[in-house]
Amino acid sequence: MIAPPPAGPVPWDKGFAQKLLADMLRIRRMEEKCAELYGAQKIRGFLHLYIGEEACAVGAMHALTADDNIVATYREHGHALVRGVSMNAIMAEMFGKSAGCSRGRGGSMHLFDAATRFYGGNAIVGGGLPLAVGFALADKLQGRRAVTACFFGEGAMAEGAFHESMNLAALWQLPVLFCCENNLYAMGTALARSEAQTDLCAKAASYAVPTLKADGMDIVAVHEAMKLAAAHVRDGLGPFFLELQTYRFRAHSMFDPELYRDKAEVEEWKARGPLHTFSARLKAEEKLTEEEFLAFDARANAEVQAAVDFAEAAPWEPVEDLLKDVHTP
Amino acid sequence: MKMTYREAVRQAMHEALAADPRVFLMGEDVGKYGGTYACSKGFLEEFGPERIRDTPLSELGFVGAGIGAALGGLRPIVEVMTVNFSLLALDQIVNTAAALRHMSGGQFSVPLVLRMATGAGRQLAAQHSHSLENWYAHIPGIRVLAPATIGDARGMLGPALADPDPVVIFEHAQLYNLEGELPADWRCDIASAAVRREGTDVSLITYGGSLPKALAAAEQLAAEGIAAEVIDLRVLRPLDTATLAASLRKTHKAVVVDEGWKSGSLAAEVMACIVEQCFFDLDAPVARVCSEEVPIPYAKHMEEAALPQVPKIVAAAKQVIGK
Repeated sequence: MIAPPPAGPVPWDKGFAQKLLADMLRIRRMEEKCAELYGAQKIRGFLHLYIGEEACAVGAMHALTADDNIVATYREHGHALVRGVSMNAIMAEMFGKSAGCSRGRGGSMHLFDAATRFYGGNAIVGGGLPLAVGFALADKLQGRRAVTACFFGEGAMAEGAFHESMNLAALWQLPVLFCCENNLYAMGTALARSEAQTDLCAKAASYAVPTLKADGMDIVAVHEAMKLAAAHVRDGLGPFFLELQTYRFRAHSMFDPELYRDKAEVEEWKARGPLHTFSARLKAEEKLTEEEFLAFDARANAEVQAAVDFAEAAPWEPVEDLLKDVHTP
Repeated sequence: MKMTYREAVRQAMHEALAADPRVFLMGEDVGKYGGTYACSKGFLEEFGPERIRDTPLSELGFVGAGIGAALGGLRPIVEVMTVNFSLLALDQIVNTAAALRHMSGGQFSVPLVLRMATGAGRQLAAQHSHSLENWYAHIPGIRVLAPATIGDARGMLGPALADPDPVVIFEHAQLYNLEGELPADWRCDIASAAVRREGTDVSLITYGGSLPKALAAAEQLAAEGIAAEVIDLRVLRPLDTATLAASLRKTHKAVVVDEGWKSGSLAAEVMACIVEQCFFDLDAPVARVCSEEVPIPYAKHMEEAALPQVPKIVAAAKQVIGK
């Protein structure tokens, strides 16, 4: 049973609300262009699009501070962008250029940026969770009041790494915010086909970690839940588990023929899409006009075009540098 | 000063913990229990539970947490009970620790030190006895050390902690009770191989728990008038091939002794390096003494038969030099 589209009042001032809408638009337009560039073979390898899930990254990231650490997955373009990695650097990375945020060594699945404490970009499902525990341990031992926000999908909750990390974080009361973006499918395997316990919060709660569930298509719900969760973690009350219930509108990757789900189901979820529902709510409250929406959209498209031009023009890393950075010089 | 290998490991960790507040020790039973091999006995009382951190049985989790803590500004020493258990953490070591720097375009170094026991000889059977050093030595992005002497057990940890990249230290379980003199100049590098005994007739090339066996073999060979040179690799990645080549130019013959299984072994890599770099210096085919290709058995006589032993090394050396 799919819930009705997100509705209701937006408890934010116009400027903040529009900022979050604009960020969702930036992710959407960037990724639509990525899909096109994949077809044109400018972007290669695996490309996992976040389209449909934008409210999660945008709502969550705006509840964090510059001192916090971010650990994400291979579906992380949106997280990187809204965290502050430039679209130029992200696009150049996907082109494999040395101007990319990982010098072209990582590609779509491995975006990194030290300046914004963005620690990947991890293509091992569940691989980021132990790392997040370590960041939090370092912060705790060094007396920093930072939050480590660890994003992962519901598929990661079948991995041992999830259980080991939850236990360590809870046992040591570490400042980790475990943020599960539950998009219902681990690649092509539906949650109920892979988990005996489909109530994800119940799994997390078994480690004595407080949990919260929010509608991941509703940016208001995401942001408010994330604020609560981040405050709990920042106040030294230990880890927190937040489940964001979301849906990806596109295939798992560019190789996925989507045999595992009904087109009707996808359409139903699209009716809950974060962009148009949030825009409609803002318009109803007179916090957004159609002209403003079009202006944000045009700005996002211009940023995307500039990023593509930047990536096209950027030089390739010389092959002589191949072995550079295997070790610290 | 006379001490055991265990005491040397303990002193090395003690010095690091006392000198640098960023250093902490984490692993199974490192605290209350005092360390599986008693290498951290008394540390919990001295340094407290924040820095001497007992972990649950979660190798993947706490090794990954060590990587994160290293990225977060600390200098973790993570202890894994045996190399067999480290397989549960291999994902974090290979896919994250070793890859992160290159994969991120040089943005992040991982100053992690991972210590683990390795090797057979104590009748612990097929899940506590293996020598998988060469699996780690295969991976770009990590440095692999095998201290085989009291001096190296004391001296290698410091530079390993100072290395900005991940370092894996293998301590052969048979060495912990080894007793000997701590050399006055125990401070050492983590880059070079060492000549442990000079000789001119054949080079015995080995590392870790096989070093005492190679030295014993050299002693026997000496009694028969054969001067064997014993090379301790010390650093399994990157290999110090210059020291190997210098020895081969002198002896022209080599036997590689490696407790790993023969197929795909570190010995195979050493032999390949010798063939690549010293082919025209060789007077005989290079030989190797490795473990038999069998999961290490429990029964004492069977375990002994599975491992490199002094008589096998002596026989191989004699065969290589045609005696």
